[in-house]
Order: sequence, then structure tokens, then C-alpha cells
Amino acid sequence: MSLDFEKDVAEIESRIEEFKAKNPEPTGTLVKELNRLEMERAGKLKEIYASLTPWQTVQVARHPERPLIRDFIGGLCSEFIELHGDRLFGDDQGMIGGFATIDNHRVMLIGHQKGKDLDEKIKCNFGQACPEGYRKALRLMKLAEKFHIPVVTFIDTPGAFPGRDAEERGQAEAIARNLLEMAALKTPVIAVVTGEGGSGGAIGIGVGDIVLMLSNAVYSVISPEGCASILWRDGTKAAEAANALKITAKSLLQLKIIDEIIPEPVGGAHRDFATTMKTTKKVLLKHLSSLEKVSSRKLTSRRFEKFAAMGRFK
Amino acid sequence: MAWFHKSKEIAAKPESPKKEDIWIQCPSCKAHIYKDEWEKNLKVCDRCCFHERLTWKERVDVLLDEGSFVELNAKVSWNDPLKFSDSKGPYAEKAVENCEKTGMKESVATGAGKINGIKVAIAIMDFRFMGGSLASGTGEKILQTAMYAVKHKLPYIILSASGGARMHEGIISLMQMPKTCAALAQLREANLPYISIMTDPTTGGVSASFAMVGDIHIAEPRSLIGFAGRRVIEETIKQKLPEDFQTAEYLVDHGFVDMIVHRKDMKDMLSKILKYAGCR
Ligand SMILES: [Zn+2]
Repeated sequence: MSLDFEKDVAEIESRIEEFKAKNPEPTGTLVKELNRLEMERAGKLKEIYASLTPWQTVQVARHPERPLIRDFIGGLCSEFIELHGDRLFGDDQGMIGGFATIDNHRVMLIGHQKGKDLDEKIKCNFGQACPEGYRKALRLMKLAEKFHIPVVTFIDTPGAFPGRDAEERGQAEAIARNLLEMAALKTPVIAVVTGEGGSGGAIGIGVGDIVLMLSNAVYSVISPEGCASILWRDGTKAAEAANALKITAKSLLQLKIIDEIIPEPVGGAHRDFATTMKTTKKVLLKHLSSLEKVSSRKLTSRRFEKFAAMGRFK
Repeated sequence: MAWFHKSKEIAAKPESPKKEDIWIQCPSCKAHIYKDEWEKNLKVCDRCCFHERLTWKERVDVLLDEGSFVELNAKVSWNDPLKFSDSKGPYAEKAVENCEKTGMKESVATGAGKINGIKVAIAIMDFRFMGGSLASGTGEKILQTAMYAVKHKLPYIILSASGGARMHEGIISLMQMPKTCAALAQLREANLPYISIMTDPTTGGVSASFAMVGDIHIAEPRSLIGFAGRRVIEETIKQKLPEDFQTAEYLVDHGFVDMIVHRKDMKDMLSKILKYAGCR
């Protein structure tokens, strides 16, 4: 699936397909011509992705083929033992987690699950976790604290689920509780925004010693559409709202909200899972190694100072 | 009905004081109430128990011992880290207007004071300032006051009145949720009591952060308390929600609020609870 701003690339791609169909086994100048087309495609893709607008970045972050949590688990971990349930109400598929091994690091891996096909998406509420999801996440984080293993969270959600049941079971309380407990958690926490960092639903598992972000991920207090419909009184002004809200990885690094950007391959993570996994793993391992050396006392006091400094202006 | 006819008579005479100077119409049940009675009743309708929103200064008068309040962090003000502008113009202009309108620099006033002789640290949100929205200055003041409570070993009371995080400060507003909760974690570490009072409204990012992690949760009657907006939920589930959805009473029923306390009883209830927490 190509996005509307990728039209030029799609056009070259269809020319390549056409060429390949006509010349199943190209030789000589035909090979040269095919290479030229491939180069043209790569150049165009690079050009487009070098200057994505914030709203275009939102489209990439929400791309239907973007790697999801199960892809990251498969691509990063040699072992994953899924753990289920919050021990209070149920097992939310919108938030999954369990023991995971990344190289020689044993961690507790937790994250939003959006789902691949429609059935799975419905089961996962399209990545919008319910209170039991946040409470499951907290249960696993406390377990990680007990076992002295780091927590790694993967954030990819449009937001916490805005449903009647979710309200009845205390969506606000569940998120609030996580914020307080994560701030005090006596084990390293690394949060990675892989796709959509949607508001309270994102920060509910996002209080990290280190917060990382894939280069085409977004992280925002409200969706651009939501902001546009409230402040512009026009939901179609989402592109303007996306600009104003400063939601891209680059902006958030400047604002000191995130610590590092994980670069995606040219054309976005969805075009090259293998490279995305390799880069993500490398960055994760670097931070895991350094955080594991820090005492839990120092970790929590540094984490407090880090978040206390956000939005402190002189 | 006599009082009603009387009000008509008064309105008919141009030399008499205007109707609005003597009567208040309850925004909820539409009953006409003497203004004196309304003020004496702390802006609560004695017919339907509607609690009008109060300014932070009115809250100080209702809750704290006379003359005991000392304001803290008064210099902390709103910020414009994103240089935000929407279709109605720059955020900076809107913020200045709100400052002029309210005499505040942010959506919360903080300080220390006494409740029936018990010293407390207190943060009072004021809905008049941009809908009581949570932004960098708000979070900073709430955090600083928590640190003051830790330093002086005081209980902390926060009165929430907020529509949620302020969009105009974008992600910085969102980060005030973990920031305020991290401060409250310090308070917990110091074993100090934290009482959260939810007033109308306590929603969005405020309900999903400091308002919901109190040792004790108290709400004013009929306050709107919830995470997502009613309209958003109705659009999501394609159903009409019950009338009492997200009211203080509904939250008590579902186990998220300890008690509903009438405004006139709030001060005494706070001092009673604080005594159980060992405060004096
Ligand atoms: Zn009334």
C-alpha cells in the first residue's frame, strides 16, 4: 500500500513491474535500464522521506504494514514467554507482555498490540488498551522489579480505549497508578515509541529512564484530528494541528522529551523489517548495558529528576 | 409562589435594583434563589445540591482557617514552549487574556495553610484559567508544592478542576502527568498523606494522573469525573450513555471515590481524616 505522498514512487514501481513483466530475463542494456529504474525509485523515496511533513509522518506511523509488537518480539528476541492477565479482571489483548531475551539480556517486555488482520484488530481494540491492560502491564513491571530485570515497553497506540466499560473499570485510575508506580520502580525502564504515541494511553507505559523513538513514530498529547476538531473547529485541519503540536521524533528530541531517535530505513520501517530490527536491537542493547550498571536508588532519583525537569522553564 | 410574583414586580420597576442583583437562577434546576442565600450556601443550590464552580480564592475561604493561607510558587507562570498558534491566533495571546481575566499566572494556585489548626500543603485548580487545563506551569507548581510538603512533613491536598491536558503546550502538557505523579511518589516515600478532592470537572489527563492516586478520594456532589469525553465514548460504542455516567456518585458506585462530601462539610471532613493520618 502506498501513501498519497508516495505517488511518484508508486509510479516508478509500476514501471519497474511492467518492465519486469516484459523482460523476465533481462540482459545487457536491459539490465542497465532496470538498474536505472531501481536507482530512480530509491532516489525518489529518499527525497520524499528526507522531508516528510509532520502529518505525512503520522501516515507513516499508522501505516497498515508498519511493524507491530509481535514483529519486534520476533525480530529482537531469542525467547519470549508471554504472561497473561491482570489478576483482577481479565487479559487485555490490547496490551501484551512477558519475559523476553534480547541477546544476553533477560527483560520484561510489555507493549500495545494493534493486531494484524481485522479479527485480531477487533480483539485488541485496535491497540487501545483497557484498564486491565494497564494493570497487567503494572503487574509485569512489579514482577520485573522483584526479579531485578529491566522493563522494555513498546508504545504504539491511538490512545487508551474510550469505552463505557473502560470508564467503569477506572481507565483514569489505571493510567494514573502506572505513572506513579513507574516513577518509583526500582529496576531500569526503557520505553520505545514505535508507531503512534497516543496521549495518556502511551504515557501509561512510557515513564522510562530512557525514552527512544523510531524516526517516523509520533508522540502527542492528542491526535492531530482531535486537536483540529477542538481548536480549529474543523477535523480536516489535522495537518495544521500536526505541525503545531510538534509530534515528530526530531521535535521531541529538541524538546528533551526523548533521549534518542532510532533511525528507520529509507522509505520507513514498513519497507524493511530486517534493518529496522537490527537498528532497534543495537540501540536497545546499548542502553540496557549501561542502565544495568546503575543502582536502583540512583535510577529512581535520576528518573524523578528527568521527568521533574520536563516543562520547567526559567 | 409569592416570591416569584415579587420578583416580577421588582423587575417592572426601573428604579429598583436589577433582578440579577437579588436573584440567582440555579444553572441546574433553574430554581430562583436569593443571592444572599446562594452566597451563604457557598454557591450550592439547596434545592438540587448543584455545586457551582469556585475560584481558587473562594476555595481558600471555604477550606482554610482565616488568614492562614500563604501562597507559594506564585511566580511560576504559563509557558509557550511550542510557540503554538491555532485558527484563533497565538496561544500566548490567549494565555495573557486568561491571566488578565483571572489574576492568575496558571491554572492552579498553591500554598500552605491550616485546616482547623492542622497545617497542610495545598494546590487548588481554577477552572476559569483555560478550563483548568494541565500544562507546564500547572505541573511545576503541583510538583513544587509536593516537595514543600515533603520538606516540611505536611499532608498534601489537591483540589482538581480541569478539562485535562492543555493542547497548546503539546507533549510538554502530557509529560506533566508523569511529572506530578513522580512528585506524589516522593510524598508516598516520605509516608505523608495525600488527599485528592475532585470537583467539577475532573477529566482527561488530570483524572488520569494526580487526581486518581490519592490516599483518599473525595468528590463534590454531582461533579463530572472521568477519562474520556462523553461524546467520544458515545461515538466509539455507538450507544447512549446513562444520565449519571461519570458523575461523582457513579464513581463511588464503581469504587474509585471514597466519599462525596457537601461543600459546607468539606473542611471538617478533611480535618477528621487528617487526624486519622496522624496530622496535628
Ligand atoms: Zn438547583
